Amino acid sequence: MQLSGGSLLALLGREAATALGSSPRPDGGQGQAASAARQYAMVIDSRKCRQRPGCTKCLDACHQAHNVPYIEDPGRKVDWIWEAPAQDVFSGQQSPYIQITLKNEPVPVLCNHCEYPPCVRVCPTGATWKRETDGIVMMDWHRCIGCKYCIVACPYGARSFNFLDPRPYIKHLNAEFPTRREGVVEKCNFCAERLAEGKLPACVEACPENAMIFGDITDFHSEISKLLRARDTIRRKPELGTQPNVFYIV
Amino acid sequence: MFMFEKALAGSRRYWIWIGVLLSVILVGFLAYVREREVGLAITGLSRDVPWGLDISQFAFCVGLGASAVVVVLPYYLHDWKAFGKITLLGEILGMVAVFMAMLFIFVCMGQPMRLLNVILYPHPRSLIFWDLLVLSGYLLLNAVITVTLVSAQREGVAPPGWIKPVILLSLPWAISIHTVTAFLFSGLAGRSYWATPLLAPRFLASAFTSGSALLILVILLLRWLRVFDVDPEAVPKLARIVTYCMLINLFFVLVEVFTAFYGRIPEHMEHFEYLFAGLNGSYNFARYMWLSVFLALASLLVLLVPGWRRNPRLLPLACAFAFVSVWLDKGLAWIVGGFTPSPLGAVTPYTPTWPEWSIVLGIWAVGILMVTVFYKIVFSVEAAANAEFVSSALPACGAAHPGKAA
Amino acid sequence: MRDRVWILAGLAVFVAVITLPAWTRLATLRQSRSPDLVLPANQKDCVLPASQMRATHMKLLLQWRDDVVRKDVHTFKAYDGKVYNMSLTSTCLSCHNKTEFCDRCHSYAGVSMPSCWDCHLDPRLAAGGAK
Repeated sequence: MQLSGGSLLALLGREAATALGSSPRPDGGQGQAASAARQYAMVIDSRKCRQRPGCTKCLDACHQAHNVPYIEDPGRKVDWIWEAPAQDVFSGQQSPYIQITLKNEPVPVLCNHCEYPPCVRVCPTGATWKRETDGIVMMDWHRCIGCKYCIVACPYGARSFNFLDPRPYIKHLNAEFPTRREGVVEKCNFCAERLAEGKLPACVEACPENAMIFGDITDFHSEISKLLRARDTIRRKPELGTQPNVFYIV
Repeated sequence: MFMFEKALAGSRRYWIWIGVLLSVILVGFLAYVREREVGLAITGLSRDVPWGLDISQFAFCVGLGASAVVVVLPYYLHDWKAFGKITLLGEILGMVAVFMAMLFIFVCMGQPMRLLNVILYPHPRSLIFWDLLVLSGYLLLNAVITVTLVSAQREGVAPPGWIKPVILLSLPWAISIHTVTAFLFSGLAGRSYWATPLLAPRFLASAFTSGSALLILVILLLRWLRVFDVDPEAVPKLARIVTYCMLINLFFVLVEVFTAFYGRIPEHMEHFEYLFAGLNGSYNFARYMWLSVFLALASLLVLLVPGWRRNPRLLPLACAFAFVSVWLDKGLAWIVGGFTPSPLGAVTPYTPTWPEWSIVLGIWAVGILMVTVFYKIVFSVEAAANAEFVSSALPACGAAHPGKAA
Repeated sequence: MRDRVWILAGLAVFVAVITLPAWTRLATLRQSRSPDLVLPANQKDCVLPASQMRATHMKLLLQWRDDVVRKDVHTFKAYDGKVYNMSLTSTCLSCHNKTEFCDRCHSYAGVSMPSCWDCHLDPRLAAGGAK
C-alpha cells in the first residue's frame, strides 16, 4: 500500500467510518469483491469431547499440519489449539453449586475468528487482518514485527509468541507448510491453506467423535447453521462485544 | 549548530561519570545482542505476560517526557519568572525521556529489523501508529526548541519570535503523548485493569509527580555539584507542584479501588488482589506495591507540612520517595498487574532476568548520558553568556571558563 | 628522506596484498567456471522464460507471496498458458533442487538469499524428518 497524501486522507476517512462500527471487516488486501462474503465458524460439542477422556487428536493434527513446535516450558508454549478446564474457558460461570462437568473437563480452545477482532484493530502493520471473503482472521508472518500488541489485545489468550527459534522443537516437519521464526506471533488460521484446496480444517477432520462442525454461518442451509438453530450454544466472553465465531455446546 | 564540542571539555569527575555510563551502556548493548541471537526467551516474559519491564519503562519514560509541561506552562503562559532557567532543563529532560521510551519499544520487538513496516503499511486504527507519530513529533519539537534557545543564548541574542508558538505547541503535544500512550492500554476490552477511562488522567498525574520530583532532584544535585543554580523560588514552587500532583495521583488510585471493590466486579478486583495480596501462591509484587504506597504517603507527609517541604534535607528525600513510589507502581508492577490473572485465569509469575535488567539499565544510562551531555552544553553556553550566575567554586567542576567559550 | 625505504616497502606490500586475488588465480592456472547448475530432469518450461526468471524471480516470488497470503489467490497463469499453484515449496522446489540449483548460483554470484528459508522448508530436507 503506497502512502500518499490523498491515500492517507482516504485511509483515515475510511478508518474513521469503520471505527464508528459501520463495517467489521477492515480490508487487509487490495479490496476483494465482497459478493461471496462468507463467515467461517465452528461449533464444538464439548459433550462429545468428554466421551473420550485424554483424547488430543485435534491438537495433534493441527500442530502436525502446521509445524507448531512442542515446547515444554508452559511460559513459552506455542499452541494453535489446546485444552483448558471448562471453568477457565467460560470464566464467570464458576459456582460451587453447578455441575462438576463444567468445572474441570477439558474444552478445546482456539482463535475465535471474531467478528470484531481486537487483535486486528491494534496491529500496527496489518500483519493480522480479517479476510473479507471468508471472515478468517489471518496472519502474515512476513510482515509481523513481533510487537505482541495482538497478544495483549486478545481477550481469549488465543495467540502465542515465538520466544525461541521453533525449528528444534518441531517433532515432525511437514514440508507443505512453512515453519515460523523467532520473534513473530502465531495462532490458528482455520486451516486457510486446506480450505483453499477444498479440505476441512485438520482438527475437524481428525476428531473421532465428530465433535467439531465447521462451515459458513452466513449460509442458511449449511450444516453449522442448522446446528446453531437446533441447539443452545454459548461463546467465550460474549460481554466484550467481539462476537466470536466459535460456539460451544456444553 | 549542536555545540557538541562543549561537552568534550570536562573535569576528571565528569569523564569518570561518562566512563561509568558508557560501561553500563556497553553491558546493556551486549545483553541486547544476545537477545537478538537467542530470542526473547532470555527475558522473563511468557505467553501470559508478553510485555514486561521494557514496556513499563516505556510508559514511565513517556510520562517523564510529558512532565516538561510542569515547568514550561507556568513560565510561558503564566509568567512565573522563577522557572526561567529551568524550562530548558525540563525540555531536555522531556526530550531525552521520550527518546528512551522509543528505545524501550525497540528492544521489546521480536523482529526489530521490520520496524519500518509500521511506516510502510500504516494502520491508523492501531494506537502504535499514533504513538510513533506523536512521540517522533515531540522529539522533533523539543529538539528544535532546545537547539534554537541554546543557539540564541550562545549568540547573545533573544530567541526568534517564531519559537514562542512552537513552545506553546509543545504543551498540548506533551499531554497528547501520554494520552496516546494511555490509550494504548485503555482501549483493550480484554484487559480490565487497564480498560478504564481514568487511565489517561492517572498517567498524567503520576507523570507530573515523578517528573517534577525528578527535576527537583536534578536541580538540587546540580546545585550541590556547584555546576548550575536557579532562582531560589523555583524549587519551592516545584515542590508545591509535586505535592498537588501526588495528591491527585493517590486520589485517582483510591477512586479505582473503590469502583473495583465496592462494585465487587471480579475482573477488576482480581488484578488489585494479585498486586497487593498475591494470588494462587504468587506474591511477587505485593511487597513492592505496599512499599510504593508507604513511600507515597511518607513523601506526602513531608510535602504537606510547609516547614518540612522547605527543609533542605527532607525535600530531596520526599522527592526521591515520590519518584520511586511512582516508578514501583508504573515502571514495575503496572504492566504485570494488567496481565495477571490471564484471560484463562492463570497466574504466571514474571521475574525480569539479568539480561532484561542489563538492557533496561543500559537504556537508562543512555538517557542519563544524553542529559549529562546536553546539560553540559547548556551550562557552558550559559556560563559564557552570564559569568556572574556561575558560583565561585566553578574551577573545581570543569564548566567552561569564560575564556574557553565558543 | 630517511623514511623513503619504509614508505616504498609499505606501498609495495599494499599493492601486493590488494592484487592478491588476481595473481593467485593466475598462478594456479585455473579457468574460472560458471556455476555448475543441475537443471530439472523432467521439466523444460518454468513459469516464465528463463531469461526473465533470471532477472526477476525475486519480484515474482514477492508477488506470489502477497497474492497467496494477503489476497487468497492461489493460481498463476504462466506465459505458455499453463496454470500453476503459487507455492515456493510445492511448485518451484518440486522441479528445482535447492542445493544443486538455487544455492549454487547464489553463492557464485555472492547474493545472499533473504530470510525465506528461516521459515519455508526445502521438501528434500524436510522429508528426512529432522531439520
